[in-house]
Amino acid sequence: MPSEIVIKVNNLTKKFGDFTAVDQITFDVKVGEIFGFLGANGAGKTTAIKMLIGLNRPTDGEAQVAGYDVYRETEKIKQNIGYMSQKFSLYEDLSVRQNIEFYGGIYGLPRKAIRKKTDEIIQKLGLQDRAKKVVGDLPLGWKQRLAFAVAGVHDPRIIFLDEPTGGVDPVTRRQFWEMIYESANNGVTIFVTTHYMDEAEYCDRISIMVDGEIKALGTPAELKAKFSSETMDDVFIKLARG
Amino acid sequence: MVRLYYIIRKEFIQIRRNKAMLPIMTILPIVQLILLSYAADNEVKNVNLDILDQDRSVYSKQLIEKIRISDRFNIIEISSSMHQADKLMQDGEVDIILAIPPQFEVDFHKNKAGDLQLLVNAINGQQATVGASYLSAIIQSFNQEIRADAAPSLAMTGSMPEPMPRISTEYAYWYNPDLNYKYFMVPGILGELVTILVMLLTAMNIVREREIGTIEQINVTPIKKWQFILGKMIPFLILGMVLMVIGLTLGKLIFDVPMRGNLAIVFAYCFVNLTAVLGLGLFISNLSDTQQQAMFTTFFFVIIFILMSGLFTPIESMPEWAQYFTIPNPIAHFVSVMRAVLLKGSGFADVAYHFQVTAILAVVFNTLAIWSYSKVS
Repeated sequence: MPSEIVIKVNNLTKKFGDFTAVDQITFDVKVGEIFGFLGANGAGKTTAIKMLIGLNRPTDGEAQVAGYDVYRETEKIKQNIGYMSQKFSLYEDLSVRQNIEFYGGIYGLPRKAIRKKTDEIIQKLGLQDRAKKVVGDLPLGWKQRLAFAVAGVHDPRIIFLDEPTGGVDPVTRRQFWEMIYESANNGVTIFVTTHYMDEAEYCDRISIMVDGEIKALGTPAELKAKFSSETMDDVFIKLARG
Repeated sequence: MVRLYYIIRKEFIQIRRNKAMLPIMTILPIVQLILLSYAADNEVKNVNLDILDQDRSVYSKQLIEKIRISDRFNIIEISSSMHQADKLMQDGEVDIILAIPPQFEVDFHKNKAGDLQLLVNAINGQQATVGASYLSAIIQSFNQEIRADAAPSLAMTGSMPEPMPRISTEYAYWYNPDLNYKYFMVPGILGELVTILVMLLTAMNIVREREIGTIEQINVTPIKKWQFILGKMIPFLILGMVLMVIGLTLGKLIFDVPMRGNLAIVFAYCFVNLTAVLGLGLFISNLSDTQQQAMFTTFFFVIIFILMSGLFTPIESMPEWAQYFTIPNPIAHFVSVMRAVLLKGSGFADVAYHFQVTAILAVVFNTLAIWSYSKVS
């Protein structure tokens, strides 16, 4: 059923001068899926994600996100997606509550809905005591969870996460993934880049990118079988070494 | 509209939270206004004068006395030799040497003429030229007095009483009868300060979000470009207007600046002007990659704007090509409007030209600001 596909990418390419950052990648993502987008540093993951969310204009190829074209309908895509960048980009000098309210406002939610949503998120993250404190003072793990919650403030159909758990301990990462699962269970499609191979195991399907190209695509089990490896680490190393 | 409200609210929260920003925006301009208004005084007083009196006559003494009672000159020394006077000039002790030649009085009676020499240290141009013209005026009036005195005595000795036309010029300084320099400077400086502050703050604003990375999070939202730009503008527009109110109040309280015209015109113009300047600031911000770049670009404009605004040197005395450059200069218009309305009591029709030009600038700059803000790279 075509309606099940929420991200459709066909030969998408991005060049910066002579350098091809993303080289004719092709894949589909289904509704409600957790799609892992793996690759070494500099493999082109962030560039690919930025084309899908309308921050970068592709050089060539086609892609539809939430049914909208990445060339002509970027603003419509933006209404339907949430995004959390690898660099924390909420306002550190605003309080937890103000950040959530701000993004609720930017996404055009009615005031009542903003208030309700804000209370909900604060409740869910257990940040009641810190709601009025500035975000800059939160520990990194909290910041990341808050950023994820804010990315979903307008109930988007897809949430893009670009290395969301960089620099935090395994327990905090585990908590983060629980949030991801909860969203996916509610029907939100998750598109996540990572280079933690244990996280790759949490995904429904993964693609592995090497030097701008997708070298492997499938469920973690399929990939391990295909490359006759015990762990995703092995799969990744085999691919990355070429 | 909800979107706009939340952006504006966010900017205000950030301004308030920033410990350094708030004092910069409020106290500094006030200090500058007071300091500059006292210091930027073009009135020439305290011209240091050396009088080389080689005549030592009644006339020369009368002339010196006349100069002495004028409050513009400090007579540093009455020298008797050129060498002595020259040294004082060399050492920078005096601005002007007035040389009274030997036989000054005798020559005057003999030839009905006498030559005085003014040697002016032109390094300090203002002090020199203005000082010299004051001094000439004093000498002129002295000249007329002694001629008038001399006339009857000449008549008695049987010479033909020459008709002595006495043309005297009387000045009336309109709109600023006491030639109070502060009246002239305060409105201009106020306009200039508000403009610069607002321009600098906006120029730093968007690029700051770019540096920190928060702009990316904004760019993945469906916010419209004009909403974003407007949301960035309105807080600083309000800030600029508030600053204007404070500045005018201080101008009245401290300097007793006259406010002859309708203040509504001043504020209406301030509004249009700030809109233009904000657009330029945001345009600069959009084109810059770092706050440093934005700051230097802003300084480039600000310095040209100030020096060519007519604030310190009249636009009319600039070369013609330079006068054209004052047309797209928001500060030049601001200074003109402030002076015209406050000092002269000009009405809207009198300053309509400035409104028109500034409104065009506002449209141009803001179009550029919206155009240059790109959500996609």
